[in-house]
Amino acid sequence: MSRIGVLVCHCGENIGRTVDCASVARALGDLPGVAHAADYKYMCSDPGQLLVKQAIAEKKLDGVVVAACSPRMHEKTFRRACASAGMNAFLCEMANIREHCSWIHESRGDATEKAIALARAIVEKVKRNQPLSPIRIPIERRALVIGGGIAGIQAALDIAEGGREVVLVEKEPSIGGHMSQLSETFPTLDCSQCILTPRMVEAYQHPGIKLLAYSEVESVSGYIGNFEVKVRRKARSVDETRCNGCGECQAACPNKKIPSEFEQGLGKRSAIYVPFPQAVPNIPVIDRAHCALFRGRAKGLKKDACSKCKEACGRQAVDFDQQDTFTTVKVGAVVVATGYQLYSVGKQQPSDKLKGYGEYGYGTIPDVIDGLQFERLASASGPTGGKILRPSDGKEPKKIVFLQCIGSRDPAKGIEYCSKVCCMYVAKHTMLYRHKVHDGKAYVFYMDVRAAGKGYEEFARRAVEEEGAIYLRGRVSKLERTGNAIKVHGFDTLSGRPMVIDADMVVLATAMRPQPGIEALAQKLSVSCDGHGFINEAHPKLRPVETNTAGVFVAGACQAPRDIPDSVAMASGAASKVLGLFSNEELERDPTVAVVDETGCAGCFHCERVCPYGAVERKEIKDRKGVLLKVVATVNKGVCQGCGTCQATCPSKNVELQGFTDEQIFAAISAL
Amino acid sequence: MKLGYFPGCSLHSTAKEFDLSLKAVAGPLDVELEEIHDWSCCGSSSAHATDHLLSIALAARNLSLAEQQGLSQVMAPCAACFSRLATARHEMAHDEEQAELVRPMLARPFKNAVEVQNVVALLQGLAGRIKAKATPLTGLKVACYYGCLLVRPPEVAQFDDPEDPTSMEQVVAATGATAVRWSRRLDCCGAGFSLSRVGSVVRLGRAILEDAKASGAQAVVVACPMCHSNLDLRQSAMEARRASLGLPILFLTQLVGLALKLDPASLGLERHFVSAVGVMRALAAPAPQQLPATRG
Ligand SMILES: Cc1cc2nc3c(=O)[nH]c(=O)nc-3n(C[C@H](O)[C@H](O)[C@H](O)COP(=O)(O)OP(=O)(O)OC[C@H]3O[C@@H](n4cnc5c(N)ncnc54)[C@H](O)[C@@H]3O)c2cc1C
Ligand code: SF4
Ligand code: SF4
Repeated sequence: MSRIGVLVCHCGENIGRTVDCASVARALGDLPGVAHAADYKYMCSDPGQLLVKQAIAEKKLDGVVVAACSPRMHEKTFRRACASAGMNAFLCEMANIREHCSWIHESRGDATEKAIALARAIVEKVKRNQPLSPIRIPIERRALVIGGGIAGIQAALDIAEGGREVVLVEKEPSIGGHMSQLSETFPTLDCSQCILTPRMVEAYQHPGIKLLAYSEVESVSGYIGNFEVKVRRKARSVDETRCNGCGECQAACPNKKIPSEFEQGLGKRSAIYVPFPQAVPNIPVIDRAHCALFRGRAKGLKKDACSKCKEACGRQAVDFDQQDTFTTVKVGAVVVATGYQLYSVGKQQPSDKLKGYGEYGYGTIPDVIDGLQFERLASASGPTGGKILRPSDGKEPKKIVFLQCIGSRDPAKGIEYCSKVCCMYVAKHTMLYRHKVHDGKAYVFYMDVRAAGKGYEEFARRAVEEEGAIYLRGRVSKLERTGNAIKVHGFDTLSGRPMVIDADMVVLATAMRPQPGIEALAQKLSVSCDGHGFINEAHPKLRPVETNTAGVFVAGACQAPRDIPDSVAMASGAASKVLGLFSNEELERDPTVAVVDETGCAGCFHCERVCPYGAVERKEIKDRKGVLLKVVATVNKGVCQGCGTCQATCPSKNVELQGFTDEQIFAAISAL
Repeated sequence: MKLGYFPGCSLHSTAKEFDLSLKAVAGPLDVELEEIHDWSCCGSSSAHATDHLLSIALAARNLSLAEQQGLSQVMAPCAACFSRLATARHEMAHDEEQAELVRPMLARPFKNAVEVQNVVALLQGLAGRIKAKATPLTGLKVACYYGCLLVRPPEVAQFDDPEDPTSMEQVVAATGATAVRWSRRLDCCGAGFSLSRVGSVVRLGRAILEDAKASGAQAVVVACPMCHSNLDLRQSAMEARRASLGLPILFLTQLVGLALKLDPASLGLERHFVSAVGVMRALAAPAPQQLPATRG
């Protein structure tokens, strides 16, 4: 005969209001095999847990049922309490009489009856529970960081400083991300390159960090502690081991009129190029779509149309025949830090949900630029050498109108959220403009100024009070091209007047969106995205840098719009999570996994086909002489997520989930 | 093609030429217009400003009549009528509470199954036919003026791009004329303030027409009686102490009629305040006999 203890919790009023907990305890106490039953106001509290432990010791219990909230909430708590009283943790289970009962019913009588039935079912299950022990899996103590913006760089450095190896994968030819394009940064106006470049170099030279630039994640398999990641190393057409970054090839390339991505189209680059002078690694790449030689080859020309760069290179580093290669890395954890892109106001949008701004000419008016373009104009290393000049005619604009919330907070354009950083960088832009064009006038159309952050409000006020920016609260209905100027038709809601400003230039603070391709990457990693494509964190408040897939973490603007301080804080948070994981040699996992009875398995492999996680493998059974007897299914304990699909599928009932066997489940159902 | 026709009050009065030209082009384009029997006010002028329920009920009444008549589509050339009918259709479909109040007022079954169309959408759909039958109006430059109600609000109008529409330009292209690029295609013309705030209407209209003129247009094409009267009737006031504008304001149907070589008089071309003679001359078409500017 079993000796089960049943402990019924009131959860303050949460359960006690609708369920008569004392009656539940009494009814359960009368069941055969129940040696102890009691109720208490807060079972999860210290005294409550003490009651559980005491009952185990005094009543010599061999099983515990806690009738309380959801096991998702407190199963761990009570199993730990039982274990500390010397009982196998898996002999303790919870009956959910809160979410499944008291919260959703009104009648006290009915709810009490249902609570009794639920607890009774779990008692029958626990009678059939077997002691289990956690599964131990060795951990590959190396991390993969995807994306080499400030978030990825910070995470990589922190993990490497913590003594663990890092593989940093960046899809562009250089790391640095958007921060490398910024001029000066709010709220302190320190030069972005000056604070970023040393970190880029540090990451590159760190013995613990292996940088795979111009590379992308091809596929991911495995599970926490044991991921296997295949990385595509895109062909640079330049041998990294030979190139010394002298730049002769760029000078020799005749094809120098290609709009530079780094300069946001405001500057030009050659077909063989380094995106910017401080690039890390400082190794050029040939843009094959624009290179004369590759275009010739694509057209089927027999003779190479150009090979100026190869001729100019003193180290024979240019290699036109380089192909994409693949490397596989084994890692125990992954940090996703793929950052953002800016929403485009153009007519063509990447999804039906998004709409462009027809009222602003769908971005066809030259001198209507976006924030990153303004950063390049203001940057000392930018296409104008740090002079604010309009793209159309190179003249200095005397009046600039900045428009906030472009795309953001505009459900009609498909983006409801606030992009968070633009209020601040617009304030910064007005200051940078005033510092460079002393008689320039900056107007800002805004909805609200959101400057919540340390020193942020003070910074935004400075733009108005000391730098003379004119803030107008309202939206702009139309941008109209008239001669050399842009007529900005807006409405000042504070004075209640329509406004028309003849601007020389207009800067749009466009919304931050996740990087293109994020959804495909998320799928490879089995993490989820929100409706906009930002990576979902495991819990918005309590687990902000974890994802729903164990071992995959998130940092920076790929999770939501983030500024640099936020991105760096998240990155350090993710890194410390990774280091915490890596502080163990082995990983403990719940033993709720499927186990195949190899003697009975007929080798039909239905389970292999239905398993959503690919956890079922094939195993050969041989006799002593090595003769193959049969092939059976076996479950990889590291991969199995305990969903039970195989158990439901097996025609001969030879695979069962530990802790959820057919016998246990049927006994519970019969007791309802 | 058979279409229900809701002329509304304007097309029987101030915009008679819209009605004339629409009927004139319908035949050659194989469109049969069946007027809704016993149609009433669409709710546009006073009702929608004073009593929301009434404004929906009035429009819904007309839609229910069309339904009773077995029509599946109703075309309302006036942009304000189009907007009212489309709003009623939209609200009856999306606001069940409102629909419950309106239905008993209609005194006949109402399934809300009639589609509401405007004249631009109709002609856009017929662009191929227009092009095939047209003698191209080569050399004529026009500015397409949409005003506010044809494409807005987008969820009600469900027609074209609300910020950068192109449907009128497509029709103009089918006639062989050239649509100029300009900025004020969607600006407000002052609409219902034509009588109460003439100053505003003149100021707004002047900005629109000056831009059209600066963009090289010889005429402005509209599809709304309200826009038409504001830009046509008030043009001389806009010109006071300023450079002359001299921009004839044509209904889109009139332009199509010209391309179809219909008699200018049958299109009511002589009924405008700003004479279309210049346009006719540019096209080397016989100018209609100039009638005294009296309106119906
Ligand atoms: C106009 C403007 C001005 C700003 N000014 C400031 C300021 O003054 N102060 C401030 O604090 N913040 C500022 N910000 C915000 C700042 O840019 C971001 O906070 C910061 O860049 C976020 O860093 P990140 O690493 O998360 O993303 P990113 O900088 O976007 O970096 C992501 C990196 O990941 C790479 N990547 C993307 N997808 C993949 C993939 N699939 N595989 C491999 N690599 C991938 C990208 O190539 C990129 O290198 C500004 C933003 C804008 C738009
Ligand atoms: S082959 Fe010629 S065009 Fe191509 S990158 Fe080298 S120099 Fe430039
Ligand atoms: S940060 Fe400011 S400008 Fe950007 S979306 Fe939010 S409120 Fe608008």
